[in-house]
Amino acid sequence: MMTAPALSVAALAVARGGIVVLHGLDFALSPGEALVLHGPNGIGKTSLLRTLAGLAPPAAGRIDAAPDSLAYAGHLDGMKGTLTVAENLRFWARAYGAAGIDGALAAMDLRPLADRPAGGLSAGQKRRLGLARLLVTGRPVWLLDEPTVSLDAASLALLAAVLGAHLRQGGSVLAASHADLGLAGARAFDLAPFRAGGAAAGRFGEAFA
Amino acid sequence: MMALLLRDLRLAVRAGGGFGLALAFFLALVTLVAFGTGPEGGLLARIAPGILWVGALLASLLSLDRIFALDWEDGALDLIATSPLPLEGVAAVKALAHWLTTGLPLSLAAPLLGVLLHLPGPAQGWLALSLLAGTPALSAIGTFGAALTVGVRRGGLLLSLLVLPLYVPSLVFGADCVRRAAEGMAPVTPFLLLAGITLGAAALLPFASAAALRAALR
Repeated sequence: MMTAPALSVAALAVARGGIVVLHGLDFALSPGEALVLHGPNGIGKTSLLRTLAGLAPPAAGRIDAAPDSLAYAGHLDGMKGTLTVAENLRFWARAYGAAGIDGALAAMDLRPLADRPAGGLSAGQKRRLGLARLLVTGRPVWLLDEPTVSLDAASLALLAAVLGAHLRQGGSVLAASHADLGLAGARAFDLAPFRAGGAAAGRFGEAFA
Repeated sequence: MMALLLRDLRLAVRAGGGFGLALAFFLALVTLVAFGTGPEGGLLARIAPGILWVGALLASLLSLDRIFALDWEDGALDLIATSPLPLEGVAAVKALAHWLTTGLPLSLAAPLLGVLLHLPGPAQGWLALSLLAGTPALSAIGTFGAALTVGVRRGGLLLSLLVLPLYVPSLVFGADCVRRAAEGMAPVTPFLLLAGITLGAAALLPFASAAALRAALR
């Protein structure tokens, strides 16, 4: 049986600062599927994820996804140093209308740190807090930009377990990562064939629009 | 929305959040003017409405660049923009949080400083009222300026240059309201104009701020 894709793009072109960096992208992501984007630095992995997340408009082509189905996690975790771990998470849980944060704290092994200010955490602990945010969004499609940065082996295993559970529940993951996410069924997607020649997007004036 | 307001208020009162900074600046500025002008009561009373309003204006300017810049730097703005919170609502809530941490305490402290500047009794109430009605416009306009300069490095100075001219109508009518009350004239007309500016700014500028944020994030 064919299931409707959770996210699909057709003839998508992605621009960064008005310059098209990727073009002709066609792929679909089904529920329960993980796709890992590969490509050298600067090819446009982050730009693609930001475009999919709706932060930047596509330069061409279309993106199809159910409304309110995407959750984006960028390079930066967006956590406030003067708030505690629990306060940070509780804010995002309320923003997304989620019930509670206990599950997310437990899944990312943050329970012992719950009352510590986020500013005092190590880089890896902060990253775990940032990833725990995804769990309180309740969104099915996760867009992850380098989720493994600063994580140690134990945290990588936690991340793999969380991603695996998310996929088993019918969620999808689209990640840009140089490291192995530890997902057995993950499909690799090489962006190199879609690299644009660095041509300016449309007319010159549009670069400044 | 409520969660965002609580978060911003909590951030403002935590260490380094800058709560009280605007109030302390206001107190210092007005006191310095009193020292600088000398103990001549009549002169102080005459310049008091203008000084108090200019002080409030500059004090509310101080913390404007933090409204979006901090969330921009640590990536929270990206995440807020992709969350279910509408950016127009985010801009309105940010302006409200800014007003609650600067405009409101300023308005409440102003009558105390009015006494210091020999402001006549009947004008004290109008001073507090005019600041209460006028400072929300300063926060709304300032939030718009902060949204315009969010991606700019060292954007604080540019922000001041953008925002200060837009503060002029509020300053003119606010100070006029207090001056009229001090001279025994009817202060209601400038007060209504001041309130009108605030209502207009609060109704329209969140949309402009959201558009500016969208342009900055892409």
